[in-house]
Amino acid sequence: MSLKSKDLTGIKELDTEDIELILDTAAGFKDVLGRDIKKVPALRGKTAVNLFYEPSTRTRTSFELAAKRLSTDVVNFSVSTSSVVKGESLRDTALTIQALGAALIIVRHPCSGAPHFLARHLEASVINAGDGTDEHPTQALLDLLTMREKRGGIKGLEVAIVGDILHSRVAKSNIYALLKLGAGVRLIGPPTLVPSCMEELGVRIFSDMDAGLEDVDIIMMLRIQMERQGKGFFPSKEEYFKNWGLTARRLMLARKNAVVMHPGPMNRGVEIASDVADGRRSAILEQVTNGLAVRMAVLYLLSGVKG
Amino acid sequence: MRVLIAEGRVIDPSQGIDGVRDVVIEDGKIKEVRERGKREGGKKAGGSRNVIAAEGMLVLPGLVDMHVHLREPGFEYKETIKTGTAAALRGGITSVCCMPNTNPVNDNSSVTEFIRKRAMQEGACSVFPVGAITKGQRGEELAEFTMMYEAGCMAFSDDGRPVTDGMIMRRALEYSKILGAPVISHCEDLSLSAGGVMNEGLLSVTLGLKGIPSQAEEIMVARDIALAELTGGRLHIAHVSTARSVEIIRAAKKRGIADITAETCPHYFSITEEAVRNYDTNARVNPPLRRKRDVEAIMEGLRDGTIDAIATDHAPHHMDEKQREFDLAPSGISGLETSIGLSMRLVDDGVLSLMQLVEKMAFNPSAIAGLSKGTLKPGSDADVTIVDTKTEYSVDAARFVSKGKNSPFDSWVLHARPAVTICNGKVHRWE
Repeated sequence: MSLKSKDLTGIKELDTEDIELILDTAAGFKDVLGRDIKKVPALRGKTAVNLFYEPSTRTRTSFELAAKRLSTDVVNFSVSTSSVVKGESLRDTALTIQALGAALIIVRHPCSGAPHFLARHLEASVINAGDGTDEHPTQALLDLLTMREKRGGIKGLEVAIVGDILHSRVAKSNIYALLKLGAGVRLIGPPTLVPSCMEELGVRIFSDMDAGLEDVDIIMMLRIQMERQGKGFFPSKEEYFKNWGLTARRLMLARKNAVVMHPGPMNRGVEIASDVADGRRSAILEQVTNGLAVRMAVLYLLSGVKG
Repeated sequence: MRVLIAEGRVIDPSQGIDGVRDVVIEDGKIKEVRERGKREGGKKAGGSRNVIAAEGMLVLPGLVDMHVHLREPGFEYKETIKTGTAAALRGGITSVCCMPNTNPVNDNSSVTEFIRKRAMQEGACSVFPVGAITKGQRGEELAEFTMMYEAGCMAFSDDGRPVTDGMIMRRALEYSKILGAPVISHCEDLSLSAGGVMNEGLLSVTLGLKGIPSQAEEIMVARDIALAELTGGRLHIAHVSTARSVEIIRAAKKRGIADITAETCPHYFSITEEAVRNYDTNARVNPPLRRKRDVEAIMEGLRDGTIDAIATDHAPHHMDEKQREFDLAPSGISGLETSIGLSMRLVDDGVLSLMQLVEKMAFNPSAIAGLSKGTLKPGSDADVTIVDTKTEYSVDAARFVSKGKNSPFDSWVLHARPAVTICNGKVHRWE
């Protein structure tokens, strides 16, 4: 069992077979995570490196724990953002890490395409843990796993993704994955943050959130980055919340068992009301658990390629 | 010293020649272009000592590239006057106009003189410096146009940066009228292009790269044409990349009010934004590669005369600068050595006649820049490019003469390349 490529650079580069394989494998690992002893010797002796050029707690911790659950040695290599611009080149850093014997390099980088660049220059497997505004494939995979668990399948689901689509790598990866697996996708948000050209992908675009939520099965809220305010994307967070915040009232507009998701970290009261975030429709904490299983699956399947 | 170029197909728009001719060079000048095989001074042509057999090849006036970055002074690790002009020669280009965004900027006569002197000492081809429009290319105060002109500048441009302030651009177009020298405009609305690294559209969104809308160029093309109309100044628009820019220029030329010319580059009619798909930094260029409909419009603009010249915007960079994250790599393509090969495809595809191609690559740019180049008229400098169009070769960027190996055309198969370049009478034969 293995993926077709040595790397996981993005959902764009996966076919449905690869996606299904990762999800099925992740479902298997979830059983492991439910046990008392949450560890298997699957990848004993392998070394994984978390190469993070952006601050991250949850994704890095999730990968770290996933690697440990598989008995992989894992090292964190954090680089301050300033050294992206000056100092050692990305290629040199990665080659150094490879020379230290790492077979799996998990990279987060503020520049889109950085993992693709590394994948071309390294023999090690490169896993994209978020690159610029391009993709965050493992987040989409864990979202898919959550949806699958909640709804039994992805095909035919109606999924609304709400917020800053333009800059969201989470949204991008989810859009590609959902379309590949046959779900309907709606993008909801201010036109400044939802490029109209994305309709060409086969999604529907709404600026009116109430209209967009009608008959949806899944509502995926995105984190609004406060620094975008003031760059003219939207006038204030109050106006944003009024137009695109998920409230209990709005939740009623979706299907009655609609699931609320959020990749975290949340801005309560900006894109999501606290009562909704903590409500019974929320799958937000299950997403976190599934993240662990999905990352174990990805590490495991990519190691398989290398024999 | 006498050279005979025998029996090639001579294309010279300045004299309306398209036919098999012999070209005679004497003492660094074109002596005559005559019917083939004609005897001279009782001696048959074939018996002359310096004979270049050009049968089956094209014999063109030396190509003129009016938009080149030679990088010296200041960025010698990217290119020097020596290596850049040698690359030009290898590409069949015998005259280059070099842009002023060096360090220091060519915004005064001392820098101009330095470039001229260095070109005289080490240059392989003729070098015509372009002076900056504003001091330090800061867009604030006009640079010393007439002093730079006297030192050898033939045009003015803040290339690499637009002149953002409309009033400064107005003054530049007015003031340059003293000299009749063109103001070359790099058209880019920085407020719209800020942070952008590729063409804006679905592809930029899906790659997660910040886009530059076509309008960032078009708005400035429209503004500068309006200012050329207002002032009666000479405006030349650099590196046209979008369909709407072509439309705006075409309409302005039709009105006939403004004195405008325009150029495009081989990459804008050869490839689209698709070249960026794998985050290939060699395809990062400013203005960015656009879409198919833009490429088609550029070709139509060349065909109908809206676009007067083909220039390379040769922008060599060091490999270390390009071999990195797309967002952090500098913009630019090393273009001198693929220019004729790529441009000849326009003839193959029926877009341009050979005569038109030579107009765009030699005669027109020379006229726009006010040079006495781009012609095979008797008495003119002996700049001749002999092109073999029946060869087939794979572009090998690693073997470029230029220091800049940054080409998105690496490993492309082309079939036209110079067999011989003659510059000021000096013959360079290429293997």
